[in-house]
Amino acid sequence: MSDSTPSSTIVLLGAQRFEPTLAAAVHESGVKEKIALVTAGWQEREDEDDELSRDLAGRTINLNLYKRGELLFREDREFARAHKERQNVLRALQDVYRLRLDHALEAEREVRESKQPEGIREEVEQACIDAIRDLDAWHLYQCAKVRAEFNEQWKPLQRPAIARHRGDLIEALADCGAVAIAGGHVAVLVNRLLLFGLETLIGARTVFAWSAGAMAMSQRVVLFHDDPPQGRGASEVLDAGLGLVPNLVVFPEPERRLKLDDLPHVHLLARRYSPSRCIAFPARSSVVIQNGRVVRSNGVVNLTHPGASLPQ
Amino acid sequence: MTQPRAIDELISSWGDASRVRAFLNGHTFPLVEDSHVTFVWMGPAEAVNVRHWVYGLESSTTLTRAPNTDLWHLTLEIPANSRVEYKFEVHRDGRGEWLEDPLNPNRARDPFGANSVLQSAGYVSPEWTQPDPVTRPGVIERVRVPSKAFGQRAVQVYLPARYRKTRRYPLLVVHDGTDYLNYTGMKTVLDNLIHRLEIPEMVVAFSDSPDRLREYAADEGHAAYLTNDLLPHMTAKFPLIDEPRARCLVGASFGAVASFSTACRHPGVWGRLLLQSGSFAFTDIGRRNRRGPLFDRIVEFVNAYREKPQAVSQRVFVSCGVYESLIYENRSLVPLLDSTGMQVRFVEARDGHNWQNWRDRLREGLSWLFPGPLMFVYE
Repeated sequence: MSDSTPSSTIVLLGAQRFEPTLAAAVHESGVKEKIALVTAGWQEREDEDDELSRDLAGRTINLNLYKRGELLFREDREFARAHKERQNVLRALQDVYRLRLDHALEAEREVRESKQPEGIREEVEQACIDAIRDLDAWHLYQCAKVRAEFNEQWKPLQRPAIARHRGDLIEALADCGAVAIAGGHVAVLVNRLLLFGLETLIGARTVFAWSAGAMAMSQRVVLFHDDPPQGRGASEVLDAGLGLVPNLVVFPEPERRLKLDDLPHVHLLARRYSPSRCIAFPARSSVVIQNGRVVRSNGVVNLTHPGASLPQ
Repeated sequence: MTQPRAIDELISSWGDASRVRAFLNGHTFPLVEDSHVTFVWMGPAEAVNVRHWVYGLESSTTLTRAPNTDLWHLTLEIPANSRVEYKFEVHRDGRGEWLEDPLNPNRARDPFGANSVLQSAGYVSPEWTQPDPVTRPGVIERVRVPSKAFGQRAVQVYLPARYRKTRRYPLLVVHDGTDYLNYTGMKTVLDNLIHRLEIPEMVVAFSDSPDRLREYAADEGHAAYLTNDLLPHMTAKFPLIDEPRARCLVGASFGAVASFSTACRHPGVWGRLLLQSGSFAFTDIGRRNRRGPLFDRIVEFVNAYREKPQAVSQRVFVSCGVYESLIYENRSLVPLLDSTGMQVRFVEARDGHNWQNWRDRLREGLSWLFPGPLMFVYE
């Protein structure tokens, strides 16, 4: 199996803990070979994959990306220091972006709920949403710049320790017909996937991903919760994902994270991330994407706004 | 505002057993109609009073007997979202007896027994306080703590579900630990909030004192026990984040005083404080507070702090019920804490000096002191 051709089929699934559908999705896809597991989002619990492995009849090989990352940082101290510094910069960027975003979101809400004449209100509301979109874009640009500078300076994939791990990964993947990427801590997961450049190793294998795993597949990872214990619910852009699923923003676990009956809020999400398609993934839902296009979906909730057409 | 009507219906039904039964089956008690709450006692008596602990209202108010009946009633205006604990004082055969309301199944338990609970319009018992079948439960184990200050002590230690020695955890130390477990259901609360990612996984030491009125009253020995005995022991035994931001003292009433005074005696060690209905008695003149000699050392401590407030922690969450007399002391403390540069959040509730009040504030307090990975973890 080639290691350089882009993955052609990606299957995004709803959360798996209570209503697992992965085995059925694998069966339906016709994958007969072993399946490489990525459970790096579970961090220290990465190797607690018995249940997942059992569901897949033991045909699994865990790529241990979290453990590899920890090992790598011990093997290549100089790189580890630089990586930590970069992460600190990214965290600081996230903090200042969030500060600005809070004000922008509040302005949009106040305008939307104001009693101004409709024509004026709609125009100003659009301007508010444009300002939020600009902020999101600015944040993504800053993150990309930091990453590009880091990659230029440190050329991670050429460092011997990372190259050695990538060699191990290529070997492990050789027997696998698919990669299954579980949820967990989305920032850690994206971090580990990018650290080892897994997107360049997946090749034409089918990818199954859910929760944080599905978020990591997209072009931009959007964090969200509508009912947090502190403050007003909001969403924010974390960073770029692997970009294997273009023009799609993934919202897992809508049952407990999204107020889908709050239509103005849903409309805001759709307008904010347009032209990308915003899809919520309740349990048992799925989307099949081939060559970047949604070819089949089941049980998902499209977050749209009035007058919007669903992009493919 | 609409006037209460339901009690008139019950009075007019008196003498018709089936109508009374139908009324009782069709209503919850006390009768809540907007801001009007009607307490009802049925049965022979010479006098019936409602006894409650709402600061600002008469602590004993007499019910009126409907003419030619054994039906007693009293209507009060109680603001929305209130919780009021009460009992009936029923006088029969020349003696008075305090009884729970037989018509009201809502009870609040505490170390002294149980009270009936009035929930006014709008109050909802938080669902995160109830066991959730999908939540992974933590465990509680008993740990002995050798103490230079007190000899040997024991604490009950909560370990979160999926606890691992390879992880690092924040530490909470909870005063009156057994009462917090029994009367706030704090294990269930921790299980739920951790499962929902609203707080991080944490290790919690539930500590008790055999002599709390002395040890919790700004006592130097108690502060030394927590800081020099319990903390090092816990740090050696469990994988804790060894930083002030990951150490929290929790307490209610005298327990809040013990938490705050420990932080004051060891500034910079305990980076988080959760102080509920603290008994922060003080005086503006003289040394003796109206609350009596039990408070003398507390008055001395709080007066000294008021004289020279300083930052002793990083984040302090303070809560108090507006129906308790301590609201004055707590409202007085907050600006002082604020002035030191510590991050302070103060929350008031329409509730009294009781465990359900303290339970209901745990989510807000803990998630502010220790924000969970809610926005980052998608399982």
